[in-house]
Amino acid sequence: MAKELKLMKGNEAIAEAAIRSGCDGYFGYPITPQSEVMEYLMLEKPWEKTGMVVLQAESETSSINMVYGGAGAGKKVMTSSSSPGISLMQEGMTYLAGAELPCLVVNVVRGGPGLGTIQPSQADYFQATKGGGHGDYQLYVLAPASVQEMYDFVFDAWEIAFKYRNPVMILSDGAIGQVMEKLYVGDYVPRWTDEQIHKIAPWATFGKPASRDHNIITSLELDSAKQELHNQKLQAKYREMERNEVRFEEINCEDAEYLFVAYGSSARIAQKAIQLGREKGIKVGLLRPITLFPFPTKKLAELSKKVKGMLSVEMSAGQMVMDVKLATEGRCKVEHYGRFGGMIPTPHEVLEALEEKIIKG
Amino acid sequence: MTEEIIIAGFGGQGVLSMGKILAYSGAMQDKEVSWMPSYGPEMRGGTANVSVIISDERISSPIISQFDTAIILNQQSLDKFEHSVKPGGVLLYDPNGITKPPTRKDINIYKVAATEKSAELGMAKVFNMIVLGAFLKVKPVVTEEYIEKGLLKSLPERHHKLIPDNLKAVETGKELVETVHTL
Amino acid sequence: MVFNQDIIKPENLVYKRTNVLTDAVMHYCPGCGHGTIHRVIAEVIEEMGIQDKAICIAPVGCSVLAYNYFNVDSQGAAHGRAPAIATAIQRLYPDNHVFTYQGDGDLAAIGTAETIHACNRGENIVIIFVNNGIYGMTGGQMAPTTLIGMKTATTPYGRSVELNGYPLQITELLAELPGTYYVTRQSVHTPAAVRKAKKAIRQAFENQKGKKGTSFVELVSNCNSGWKMTPVAANKWMEENMFPKYPVGDIKVNGEKVSK
Repeated sequence: MAKELKLMKGNEAIAEAAIRSGCDGYFGYPITPQSEVMEYLMLEKPWEKTGMVVLQAESETSSINMVYGGAGAGKKVMTSSSSPGISLMQEGMTYLAGAELPCLVVNVVRGGPGLGTIQPSQADYFQATKGGGHGDYQLYVLAPASVQEMYDFVFDAWEIAFKYRNPVMILSDGAIGQVMEKLYVGDYVPRWTDEQIHKIAPWATFGKPASRDHNIITSLELDSAKQELHNQKLQAKYREMERNEVRFEEINCEDAEYLFVAYGSSARIAQKAIQLGREKGIKVGLLRPITLFPFPTKKLAELSKKVKGMLSVEMSAGQMVMDVKLATEGRCKVEHYGRFGGMIPTPHEVLEALEEKIIKG
Repeated sequence: MTEEIIIAGFGGQGVLSMGKILAYSGAMQDKEVSWMPSYGPEMRGGTANVSVIISDERISSPIISQFDTAIILNQQSLDKFEHSVKPGGVLLYDPNGITKPPTRKDINIYKVAATEKSAELGMAKVFNMIVLGAFLKVKPVVTEEYIEKGLLKSLPERHHKLIPDNLKAVETGKELVETVHTL
Repeated sequence: MVFNQDIIKPENLVYKRTNVLTDAVMHYCPGCGHGTIHRVIAEVIEEMGIQDKAICIAPVGCSVLAYNYFNVDSQGAAHGRAPAIATAIQRLYPDNHVFTYQGDGDLAAIGTAETIHACNRGENIVIIFVNNGIYGMTGGQMAPTTLIGMKTATTPYGRSVELNGYPLQITELLAELPGTYYVTRQSVHTPAAVRKAKKAIRQAFENQKGKKGTSFVELVSNCNSGWKMTPVAANKWMEENMFPKYPVGDIKVNGEKVSK
């Protein structure tokens, strides 16, 4: 594949990836710090290049339901927003999960709660991985740590979404959304033709030919026995994801006595903290979960038998640390270090926390 | 080589675009680069700053709190970032509007009267390029030919006719920079 | 002797159920307008030959299961969101016929924003709005279109302006928006009314075929169980009370307001 070098913001990379990955429709509503996604799309006019539809909706409630409509009709559709907007979308998210609709939702997280701040945060981990809307459901959650991953994960999202008929979330943050880095982009993937959609998504509502029964997209089943079966089917799908779709990156883990566990921006900061730590002779590594659901539970369990302690570094009051504790089951010391409300920890702070809470503590 | 830079000033001084040109030029020269802006209400008339990293290696964190170089264009930014320059690092500032000049003795301090010069030339728009020139004189992290390539890549085509003026401004900045204090 | 098989022949057929309705038994109360409205829409789809292009967006409310009855591809919407869903599908499949089927609570209360903005963008969709002035499915609570003085489960002493504000004439409001091309109000309580309603629904789908913008058809209907009346009494009450507030007739045709 021909690779072209660009310099782009993370948010712009999402938009560029949408166009190049054959996305059919983007529906969104402006909110800082992710507004560049729709701005970029509107400037690029993909409807002239690829036929992709781009629409500014009247609210996040509306944009997520536009995604529901498009996804139910078998199209590759997406939206993006930031924390308060994603909260407003939670109704739509649970309907999408219930109706098993493949789609992509990007959350460029900012600090909360409430209107909070517009600065980067990772405090939406629970919302993304433990529901957020009502009912038992899971999103497939990807956590990019670079502009390149913002781009690449859009392509990966379509794969997973249609393989499992499940909504996918890219859980990013204001820093990754706003930072500009080098980006290598590939060739355009053509949008699916109607014939391809009929084959890939035979369940979708694109208009009923005489040859088949009418397709229905709904999350409603009034018969509880049937609804339980549907729930069991969903759970089986999530277990399948846990078996097959876990992704993580190990950095300096081979000889590590201590581990940082961090995703997204925090993982970048932790990498810098590793350099500082190693200069001081501390053997520290990083386990970076790339998928937050499914979580690299097995890998962490394995590592917990080798290391003396783990520090979960998050821009939150301590959310992922609970999954780390569940995975390690007390085999090693696990603590959390975080800043919140839009504050970003420095590598020095992170290293200091490792020394204080894990090495000395 | 890794150079971690903060550029800070008022919104509208071309802080973000100076950073962008620097980052593009670095990328053209096959370096790893990152450009991390402050964003939000600051963009609209208040203070603006951007961290730029240019490195021969993969960049770990694009979010940095200590800098090899601080390029400072107003008093608020000087107050905020003077103490974030790493010992032995560089502080470059435009004296225009500076009432409390930097006082640190453990860093190298330079000044460039870019506001004054750009007003004198009647070219307020290339102010930031004069500052960039001054920085490149002190720290030649990218070479001139790549600055031109960076400008070509970062500016929309309709602005390409402005590139010669911009390059001239870079030269002006190189000549204009003055040493205040060196180690 | 005349046997059944001698009578049941195509040439003797005077009326036939449209195949755009499924065989599912409808759950609607006897005397309710939903069944008739479903049939009329289905007949229009059949007559226009657009069954393979029609996509129904069902609401939350009494007609939540409309997708089981219309023999076309269908989606069940979250409460009030049908116009947003229809917007996306119609834009992604511009040659299809996407229509929403919504009640007064769905369209004029929780979904007001979606309704107004879809109409204001002039989305090329058909909106069928069934107004019976009450929340039927949840047990007869006040709707945005409930009349002043009308008793419901949440206005047990009658709707009062002080407590509940005024009935919302959303249809007149939508007719003010430049995006709406056709806005009409009909009913299905008499055979003549059914014929007119069918004509209006046909017009709406024809407009859509011509990509004219939003066509909005309100159908004033009864909720005899919610109103706690017999079907006959409910229709009479509707004529006497609902029609003065919600007068039947075209409000906007071919993008022009109809002068009264």
